[in-house]
Amino acid sequence: MIDEIREIAKQYPESKSAILPALRIAQEQYGWLSREAFEQVAEALDLTPAYCMSVASFYDMFQLEPVGTHMVEVCTNVCCGLVNAQAVLEAFERELGVSPGSTTADGNVTLRAVECLGGCSTPTIVAVDRRYRQSVTPEDVPGIVAELKHG
Amino acid sequence: MAETTIGFEPPALVLAGAIEHPLTDITSYRAVGGYAQLERARAMSPHDVTDQLIQSNLRGRGGAFFPTGRKASFIPTPDKVAKPIYLTVNADESEPGTFKDREIMRRVPHRLIEGCLIAAHAIQSKHVFIYIRGEYSTEYDVLAAALEEARGAGLLGDVELTIHRGAGAYICGEETALLESLEGKRGQPRSKPPFPAIQGLYASPTLINNVETITNVPKVLELGPQEYAQIGAPPDSTGTRVFCLSGNVVRPGAYETPHGITVRHLIEDIGGGIANGRTLKAVMVGGSSFPVMTPDELDTKLDADSLGERGLFIGSGVITAIDDQACIVQFALRVAQFYMHESCGKCTPCRVGTRWLVQILRAVEDGSASENDLEVLLDVCDRIIGKCLCVLGDSAAMPVASCVTKFRDEFRAHLEHGGCPFGEDSSLAHLFAPVDQHAQVTA
Repeated sequence: MIDEIREIAKQYPESKSAILPALRIAQEQYGWLSREAFEQVAEALDLTPAYCMSVASFYDMFQLEPVGTHMVEVCTNVCCGLVNAQAVLEAFERELGVSPGSTTADGNVTLRAVECLGGCSTPTIVAVDRRYRQSVTPEDVPGIVAELKHG
Repeated sequence: MAETTIGFEPPALVLAGAIEHPLTDITSYRAVGGYAQLERARAMSPHDVTDQLIQSNLRGRGGAFFPTGRKASFIPTPDKVAKPIYLTVNADESEPGTFKDREIMRRVPHRLIEGCLIAAHAIQSKHVFIYIRGEYSTEYDVLAAALEEARGAGLLGDVELTIHRGAGAYICGEETALLESLEGKRGQPRSKPPFPAIQGLYASPTLINNVETITNVPKVLELGPQEYAQIGAPPDSTGTRVFCLSGNVVRPGAYETPHGITVRHLIEDIGGGIANGRTLKAVMVGGSSFPVMTPDELDTKLDADSLGERGLFIGSGVITAIDDQACIVQFALRVAQFYMHESCGKCTPCRVGTRWLVQILRAVEDGSASENDLEVLLDVCDRIIGKCLCVLGDSAAMPVASCVTKFRDEFRAHLEHGGCPFGEDSSLAHLFAPVDQHAQVTA
């Protein structure tokens, strides 16, 4: 991982610029940004773990606590909201048995409510493991949840 | 999976050749004349390319509508400065209601790359960064594949192009926050001056343009600046716009039309009118950062001057129809919650003011506020606008103030009714707002 990060850092005039891609790689490897993940990023870029944490805590996509194997993110901004995003979110809460911001007891799925994902003409947008599903309705939710249980 | 509806009214420029199907591979792009303008531009002097942009009066499509050619002309020439010159493309599209740059990157990635290389030639930059929103995974894949094709075809020449992925922060769409983020820091805006053209990325001269703006550049050269300047609503709003139509309309989608069509035409003719037989209550124009429009203003033309006369903004080309099933107080509250969540915390009026807006709007929504609180709300807006380093605070205050001013009766009705008069019938009832995952800050 350290070599991979250093390779990416070569694309930038200053290696510190590679901190976001580096944190992304570390998160993919560890599942979340653990103390160890920060230490690896810090070593690769010659920064301190504390600095890396201070940057990571600014950005919404970095997880500072353990999360599920799968991530379900439901847009709840106004454009999706006007076309019933809350019903989609509630359907996920029901099917998964968790509230937004938490993970199922088996550690399989984390449910999050997020800000506008930029798919406003096909509401509701749901990002499943960072890939967008467009025009999701409450009726689609059991199928998505079943997919994640078996996948 | 439903795809985004794409449409146009002639002439399609940005999405030309990509209305029916995405134009992602280099062979198809070349078949519609792709990369011919890059070759032409490189045969021209940098100054002449910039001059064509100035003559076309192409303006920024990210929200500020600043003349693109003039901005490029602020960049010092390499003989005047001992530092590298950078071009940075803002693909951190996060303004609620905006999805055009995502469609552009999915559909015409090579036109964006061609635009980058032409603009890099105009300012004599050897390193281009495209800062793409972290959540855009598919778009990143498409753009990265196109870049590899362009590199393989030898089109980059001596120019480096790096696609940099963000990590989820609306504020990084603000140009100086974007630069901070690209330098490996928290994305907090800088004080200006110095402006990025003088001290931008790594304190070097930096030109920052939006994706749609840069994607227009090959078309400006192809048509010639005079012809380009005749399209749309000259002299100030030239060319086309990829409008982002969403909300309670029959046919939401990304529609490229010349500047100057009316909001009514976009909503009623192109968009098929208001869905489910309901009535229009308000329109979010430009994005959630701007004042809302009322139905009596529907014949306003979508160009900067016509909108400006009414205190409205073209922003990032957003038109979101809000029907009469939506409670406007809940709308204002959800908008304010977004800005509270996205405030970077650097300037006090924005950091604290957005929280106050949320607190007061919550009290109005549940009917526990007093009539005087509406004045307090406007007063808080007034104390935010123009008092911060960047416009994020203004972006919270302007829509909230416009809702209070234009829909005061509906705000009052909440106070008289002791809660939302629409009750469970409001389409926005119980709309959930994310709290800050890192701090669990609630208002």
